[in-house]
Formats: sequence, C-alpha cells, structure tokens
Amino acid sequence: MPTLWLFGLVLFLAAAGFLAARMRVMTAVSGDRRQLHSLPNYYGWNTAMKAATPALGLLVVWLIAQPMVIDSRVATLLPDQAVSADTTLGLVMSDVRRVAEGLDAAVAQGVMSAEQAGSIRAEFTDVRDRLAEAGVALGSNVSSEVLNAAQRYRTLAATGMLWMTIAVLGVACLGLAWSLRETRPEFRARNVVEQGVRAILLFAALVAILTTIGIVLSLIFNTIEFFRLYPASEFFGSLTWSPSFGGGSELGIWPLLWGTLYISLIALLVAVPIGLFAAIYLSEYAGPKVRAFAKPMLEVLAGIPTIVYGLFALLTVGPLLLEVFGRDGLGWMQAGTAVMTAGLVMGVMLIPFVSSLSDDIINSVPQAMRDGSYGLGATQSETIRQVVLPAALPGIVGAILLAASRAIGETMIVVLGAGAAAKLSLNPFEAMTTVTAKIVSQLTGDADFASPEALVAFALGMTLFVITLGLNVFALWIVRRYREQYE
Amino acid sequence: MTDATTLDVPEAPRKRSLTTVDSRTQKRNSAEKRFRAYGISAILIGIFFLVVLLGSILFNGVGAFQQTFINVPVYLDPAKLDKNGERNVEDIKKVSTFGYTPLIQNAVFDRVTELGIDTPLDSAKDMKALISASAAAQVRDVVIADPDLIGETVEFRILAASRVDGYLKDRVFREDLARDKNIDAVHLDLTDALREAGVITKTFNTDFIFGADASESRAEQAGLGVSMLGSFFMMLVVLILSLPIGVAASIYLEEFAPQNRFTDLIEVNISNLAAVPSIVFGILGLAVFIQFAHLPQSAPLVGGLVLTLMTLPTIIISTRASLKAVPPSIRDAALGVGASKMQSVFHHVLPLAMPGILTGTIIGLAQALGETAPLLLIGMVGYIATNYPDGLASGFLDPNSAMPAQIYEWAKRADPAYYERAWGGIIILLVFLLTMNIIAIILRRRFERRW
Repeated sequence: MPTLWLFGLVLFLAAAGFLAARMRVMTAVSGDRRQLHSLPNYYGWNTAMKAATPALGLLVVWLIAQPMVIDSRVATLLPDQAVSADTTLGLVMSDVRRVAEGLDAAVAQGVMSAEQAGSIRAEFTDVRDRLAEAGVALGSNVSSEVLNAAQRYRTLAATGMLWMTIAVLGVACLGLAWSLRETRPEFRARNVVEQGVRAILLFAALVAILTTIGIVLSLIFNTIEFFRLYPASEFFGSLTWSPSFGGGSELGIWPLLWGTLYISLIALLVAVPIGLFAAIYLSEYAGPKVRAFAKPMLEVLAGIPTIVYGLFALLTVGPLLLEVFGRDGLGWMQAGTAVMTAGLVMGVMLIPFVSSLSDDIINSVPQAMRDGSYGLGATQSETIRQVVLPAALPGIVGAILLAASRAIGETMIVVLGAGAAAKLSLNPFEAMTTVTAKIVSQLTGDADFASPEALVAFALGMTLFVITLGLNVFALWIVRRYREQYE
Repeated sequence: MTDATTLDVPEAPRKRSLTTVDSRTQKRNSAEKRFRAYGISAILIGIFFLVVLLGSILFNGVGAFQQTFINVPVYLDPAKLDKNGERNVEDIKKVSTFGYTPLIQNAVFDRVTELGIDTPLDSAKDMKALISASAAAQVRDVVIADPDLIGETVEFRILAASRVDGYLKDRVFREDLARDKNIDAVHLDLTDALREAGVITKTFNTDFIFGADASESRAEQAGLGVSMLGSFFMMLVVLILSLPIGVAASIYLEEFAPQNRFTDLIEVNISNLAAVPSIVFGILGLAVFIQFAHLPQSAPLVGGLVLTLMTLPTIIISTRASLKAVPPSIRDAALGVGASKMQSVFHHVLPLAMPGILTGTIIGLAQALGETAPLLLIGMVGYIATNYPDGLASGFLDPNSAMPAQIYEWAKRADPAYYERAWGGIIILLVFLLTMNIIAIILRRRFERRW
C-alpha cells in the first residue's frame, strides 16, 4: 500500500522536524529557555505542522483528483464502438478498471511479469483465463479495446502515483526547510501554532456543513439524473408504483407517500396519547420514587435499536394481529405484515420520544401559573387541562412534529413489518409500503445504478429529506419560540 | 366554597356541610381520579410494552444459545480417505466432503444398531435426515489438521440437522411433518430414543457466539462471530474519527467561535443533521464513498465512515454540554496566571470535561452499534459472512457484515430456524448495548463533578 507508506513517511518527516526544530532553538540559546519567546515544544510543533499539513492536504486532493483525471483521459481513448447500444460508458469504464486491477493482482502474484502485463494483446492471449489464474474473476471476455484502455489506465496510474510521491514529499520537505529556517529564539512560535490549531478546530466544525453539502449534492445530482430518464410529472403525478427492471416501469410516488403517512398516523395515534399522559403523570403527579423508576424504564424503549422493533413487528406483533384479525378471526387481514403491525410497533418506539420531550416542556411551565390556578380553587387535573397544557401546547405540538418526522424517516420497522406492496388503500390491515422501504429495496437489488429503477431511490430520498427537514425546522422553531416565552 | 348554582334555585336552600360532598364536587373529584388513572395507565402501558418486548426477545432467543449435537465414534476409513496410504495432506485434501458423508452416516447407523433401538430405518443412508449437512466438513477439517487419525475411530460431536434441533427445542412439531420434506415421524422417534440413550445431547452453543454465518440451508451452523468482528472494526473507525473531530468541533463552537451568521449556520446544521433519517446517511455513503470514491462495497471502513457522520452530531451536542458545564472561573484562573486562551482550554477545561465527553461518546457509539438502515445501502446485507478477517487491513477493507445487518439477514431467510438465531443475535446485541450504557452511567456517577 504505497499511499499508506507515503502517509507514514510524511508523519515521520514531521516527527523528525519536531525534534530538529526543538534542538535547533535550544542550541541557539545554549539551553537557556528564558531567552525563548515560546516554550521549546511550540517550535517543534510549528515545524511538524508546516511539514505535515500542506503535504497531507495535497495527498488527499491528489487522491481524489487522480482517478477523475485518469478516467476522462482513458475514456477519450476508447473508440466509439466499444460503447455499444446495450452498455454505457460507466459500465465499460468499470470493466476497464476491473481488468487493470486484475493485471495488478496478476503481477503481484507473479502470474505475469510487469512487462507481460503491459504488452499482452487480447488478440493473442486469453486474458480472462490468465487473470482467473491470479484469482480475478471477470464476467465476460476482454475485448482488445478494453484491454488497451486498461493498460493505458495502469501506466497513467503508475505515473500519477510516482508524481504524487514526488510532489507530496517535496512539499513536506519544503515546509520542513522553511519552518526550520524561521526557527529562531525570537520567533513567535506559540502564536503561530495556536493559529494553526484554531484552523484545525474550525475545519472539524466544518465537517458538519460538509456532510450536509454531501447529502444535498448526492441527492440532487442523482435525482436530476433520474428525472432525465423518467419524467418528473409522472413521478409526482402517477398513482401507481410498479417497477420492472426490464423497463416500462411506473414509478409514481403517491402510493409510497400514502403508506408512509398512514403508518406514521397510526404510530402517532399510539404514541401521542400514551406518551403525553405518561409525561403529565410523571411531571405533575408522580413522587420522586415513581419518577426515578418509571422514567428510565420508558427511556429504555428509546435505547433499543430499530432492528429489534422490526423483528418484534415481523415475528411477534404480526402473527398476534393475524390471529385476531386474520382468517381465523375477523377476516380483515391477509398476512402478518400490514400497516397496523408497523404502525403499532412504531408507536411503541415513539412513546419515550414523545414523553421525554413533553416532560421537559411541561416542566418548563412556570410554577406560578399552577399556583394561581390552585388559588382559584381548581383541582389538579383542571389546572393541567386548563392552564398547563394550553401554556405548553406550542411546545407539545413541536414535540409531536419531531416524532412525526422520526416516524416518516423510520426504516427497519417498515422494511420488516409493513410488507412490500405499494397500494392506495384505506384498510389498515393491508400490507403497504413506504418511501424508506422502497429506497432500501430499489438500491439493494441487482439493478444497474444507471437505470431509472435504481435512481428513483435518490428521488425518494430527496423527498424524504425535504419532508423531514421541513418538519424538523418548523418543530424546532416552535419549540425554541415557546421556550423563549418563559425564559 | 360557594356553589354558584345555588343562586339559580333560591327557593330550595340546601343544607350544606363540609363533610358531605355534593354531586358537583363528586363529579370533579371523580374527574380528577379518572385523569390520574389515565396517567398511571399510560405509564403502565409503556412498561407493559417494554416487558412484552424484552420477554419475547428472551423467550424466543434463548434457544439459539443451545444446540443439538450427536456424539458418535466415527471410523475414519483409510480406504476411502487416503487411497495411497501415504498420509499425504495434499492427497487427503482431494477427498471432498462427499467422501466423508457416508462415514458419518455409517457411524450413526452403527450406533443405532449397537444400542438395539427398534426403528424401521434400516440403512445408513436413512440417517441423513438427522445429520447436519455441515458435519462432513467438520470431520474433514479435523482429518486434514491431523492426517494420522486416519484408520482410527475418533469420538466426534457432530451437529445435528436443523429439524432435529428444532424438534428438541419445540420449534418443529409432529403435526407439521406432513408438509415437511426434510424429516419424517420415524426420524423423530429415533431422535427421542437417541436422546434417551445420551447419543443426542443439547449443549451450550459457543459456535453461535463466535462462529461464522452459514448458507441458507444450514441454520444449525450459523453464528454471529464474523459479523461481530465487522461491527468491532466499524466501531473502531467511528471511535477514531468521531471522537477527535467531535471534540475539536465542540471546542471551536463553544470556546472560539465568534458570534456571527457563519457560526449560527454551523449550529443549525448540526441540530438538523441529528434529525436526518438514518437511511439518508446510507444514501450519502452509497453516493459519496462507493460511487464517487470507489471504496470497496460492504467494507467495515465504509460502514464506519457513514456511522461516523451519523454519530458526530450526538457527540458534538453532548460534548458542548459538558464543556459548558465547566465554570468560567476555571478559565479565568488559567488566563489570570498567564496561560493563552488555547492553553486554558486544552490544559484545564478539556480535562475537566473529559468524563462527560466520554459518556456522550459511549452513548453515541451504542447508538451507532445498533443502527441498521444505512448499512443496508452500502451492501452489508445479502453478503454471507463466512470468513474471519485475517489481519487489520482485511478487517477494515474486506466485505463483512455487522451484527444488526446479520440479524436482519437472518430475519429475512425463509427457514424458521433462522428466526431463533435472529432473536438470539438480538440478545447478544442488547448485552453489548447494555454494557456500554452501564459503563457510561458508571463513568458519569464516578467522575461527574457538580460545580
């Protein structure tokens, strides 16, 4: 792994620079630290920082840029007929990459010499067999165009690697030399190092923004790609969802959106009354002992991973409901996976979410309001219903909206518990499916990433992201405004 | 209390006493009681769900920790296993598992005849239904490890077939046999007899905890060990990346960031990221790490990167809270004796906030450990994790599964024997989560300082 070696070498240079700078500045003042502007270690850190940071930055940029540059240069090399009607440039390029990797592996294992790998011709040798000897399985025979491109790819990659090593080491050495030169006793090393550390801290904080940008860009680009293959008016207008990987699919979002909202609605119908009453009891009635026991018990429900709830829905709740509402009971239900199953279990999952948020909000209603109500002769429940809850209402609405956004984005419970049929139906005992479940099924199948059937997942993801983001922003705004009211 | 309604009916002045309650007060009191009862029942319902959930996990999952084995002496026939008689390992390796199957079937059949069990099954081939398909590989591995055993009779503890296991665990019932092609009632009679003779035993199943996953038809062999390693490597990535980045970001926001729009933007971003559905992070991982950066699919490294991005907001929020809890007097004292701002933070504030930061990190890691949805999208499902990673690089880069993904995979398989494994897997997962949370609580109790 030459990149790893390069990384280690840069770190080694930095460490050497640290020691060298420290020694240099100490000899300059002949061991008398009081003549230095900063503590000796700061001189060392200064050098280490200047040797490592630009070099590692260059390394990262190079590693990201090199494949793109090589891809575009190799792609121009491929003759037009190599990309025939039934494939795309991306597929051919991935073939090229795989062959190139195969040649690398073959050289590494000694099946081929480095020269052979560069000079074999598809016309004379069966490349597929030779690579199979090296343990690299190729799907189809290698055409001469692809092999040529792969060999070109290898040479370009090798040259790129060489230049990268030279450039990175060069930058590291330059930084080292420059910072050693400025290492003099009067140099304000501490201030420079602290500037650097601050920049690193800022960069870490930017990771959050980079993540958001990454999410938005990856969703937008693929969604645009999808809408180029499939009309947006159909996606938002059609009432049927029937993907078929052979083509001619109908990909209307409404059945999925309906399933999502229906399941979330049932989940909220379970979670909101239970969670809200639990929060009211815990904050208004319960003594410290009950509270110390019941609150953590409810919060355990929040700490259980969703896969557990999914399994619970599939294997316990589903069969149980089927016994009551199925063929042997009321006859409303066909199979264990249904809107009701997923909704009930999701409701259980959301109980602690609703209860702990509302608990906080009810607690932040000032005691003076309650005292005023008691003073007028109201009972405790009248106070809660007529004074505390109206005062806390905006906050509670915010909490419910947050819970709704959770429910809409929840994946594992619906993947396991809700079924796979996309239907527009009012019967809660029927199997339906959701946006999240379809994202999973469209992206985990064998579909080609460039087909509309796979790309639709990104459009669905975009819809999901926009809906949950909107709900969150709105809910947080309500909660924050409400908090300010009493602070 | 004056009753307002009495004003409307002045001609009938009622005698009112404080000791007897009138109907209106009664109504109000019972409304009060009802309201209180709603609250109590809400809490009881919540706790009831918790108990049912944990109960069904335990009830369904405990079985996975036990496995049925057949204890038989197997005669390792040299004529079948080593035709040249040279005990050459290369020669022995040429004999595939098909060569071993009859030996095991004979061994079980011999044992049955030896014990004089009365059964209509009269040939060694009929024993097939009792024996796991993986038993031959098990014997073969032992022979290849020590070729000198050939020609001897060695005591083996081989896996019983999944149906036999299910019968002893009350998962397979005699009534269902008509629909089952894999086993007959005679086999179950034989199983009962062998069970009494002590040939078939049910013992603790270490392979379930440490073993590798198996193919769809061999539920009795499947274990969680490999995916546990996958989860371990993922958590390593999450810890190595999210702790430093999270702490650095929190220090910046809490101690250095100027009050401006840009800082606000970062803060809003972080609180929104905390609420983005986990599946969206999966899409991000698929698009950025796999499609764009060409990192290997199903690799714990990619899973770890995705989970890092998911955990960061949690860690940042809890770290900021614990940094905020350090009183300003500490900072002022450090600045007063001449430390720079940076020194006061790194030498004084950060060490004092460390217990809180670690608690938050452990809780974030526990969340990441149980997360499944993003792992589905980066290809950690559908992959059968049968190989242990051999070394660090392979641990990070080779395809693997993770505990929750493995559980999901089992839940999707058709054989009900896998459901038991899935529940069992959940028990192991919950034990890990419980341990992590207990460590976090202990850390908080022991080291948290109130100022």
